[in-house]
Amino acid sequence: MGFDSSDDAAVYRVRDDLAIVQTVDFFPPMVDDPYTFGQVAATNSLSDIYAMGGQPATAMNLICFPSCLPVSVMGEILAGGYDKVQEAGAIVAGGHTIEDEEPKYGLCVTGFMHPKDVLTNSGAQVGDALVLTKSLGTGILSTGGKAGMLTDGEYRRMVELMTTLNKNAQECMIQVGAHACTDITGFGLLGHAYEMAAGSGMTLALDSRRIPVEKKALELAREGIIPGGAYNNRGYLQDFVEIAPTVSLELSDVLYDPQTAGGLLIALPEHKAPELLRRLEEWTGDARMIGYARPFDGKSIRVK
Amino acid sequence: MADQATVDARGRSCPEPVIMTKRALDQNGNRAMVLVDNQVAVDNITRFADSRGLKVLVKEKDGDFELTIG
Repeated sequence: MGFDSSDDAAVYRVRDDLAIVQTVDFFPPMVDDPYTFGQVAATNSLSDIYAMGGQPATAMNLICFPSCLPVSVMGEILAGGYDKVQEAGAIVAGGHTIEDEEPKYGLCVTGFMHPKDVLTNSGAQVGDALVLTKSLGTGILSTGGKAGMLTDGEYRRMVELMTTLNKNAQECMIQVGAHACTDITGFGLLGHAYEMAAGSGMTLALDSRRIPVEKKALELAREGIIPGGAYNNRGYLQDFVEIAPTVSLELSDVLYDPQTAGGLLIALPEHKAPELLRRLEEWTGDARMIGYARPFDGKSIRVK
Repeated sequence: MADQATVDARGRSCPEPVIMTKRALDQNGNRAMVLVDNQVAVDNITRFADSRGLKVLVKEKDGDFELTIG
């Protein structure tokens, strides 16, 4: 893949008709419930394989765990991870545990694919439509959750977003055919869209009114419940992104919000977009066409 | 402003400084003085104050920030 276009996972060609794809990801809890945390971490770890167009096959646990917590908590985290890996059709093949002050969990995942099917984030072409498969706002919602500012329903919605595998979205994408794909995680929509834009040498023009966003996240952003990562993303992207003054501050906050196990951002020929959206509708009500790839005009991203 | 509440949120990370500010404003008629030690807290508290239509004056002092809200 090369290291210059910030791809989601490493791909190694074993034979002319077989490549392995590998990724590793782990982080501290963003929810209190250990089983849910395990599910979220696994969904996030598996996502990089889906973003490259691969099928996950084996996964190995990485766990950091404090000696002051009961071991049963670790068991619940691992059970959450195990269930998601199984849902993905892969197997957990072991792992490694070390003692640490704060729990952390994630997986190293290996997948397979045909080398010709590898989908990088740098293949977008002029005129491509851009489709986002999950609604945005999980970083802000998690921060609100820590402050006890979510209702039960809002919490469940956040967990639903973070524990939905990108498996079905990827299948729809492969059936329809795409030029480029990446998953939305820590750098937020605009950070990962920037990687696609820069890697493809394009400007991505996004229509903020079409971008699926959690209403509660907008409300929390307006009240300053925003994770530090969103400000970091805004800072490092400032020279590459232009947001129209008509876009509200809180909406731009959500566009920079670091996502946990976010959706796929897919670039595909415009005439194929309706077919992709129709197939995605079977699995999710969140997927939207959010913009287009255009010839580079001086800014990597333009949001209106 | 002798009755103004002072909140020391230094050493706290988000969302705590905002929650502490909110509590102080609720208890003191929408006035407070808040001490924080990072820019994220300054930005988040400023957004929170804006959402209530309150003004924020930020003074930087030895790496800390003093926010006067009201």
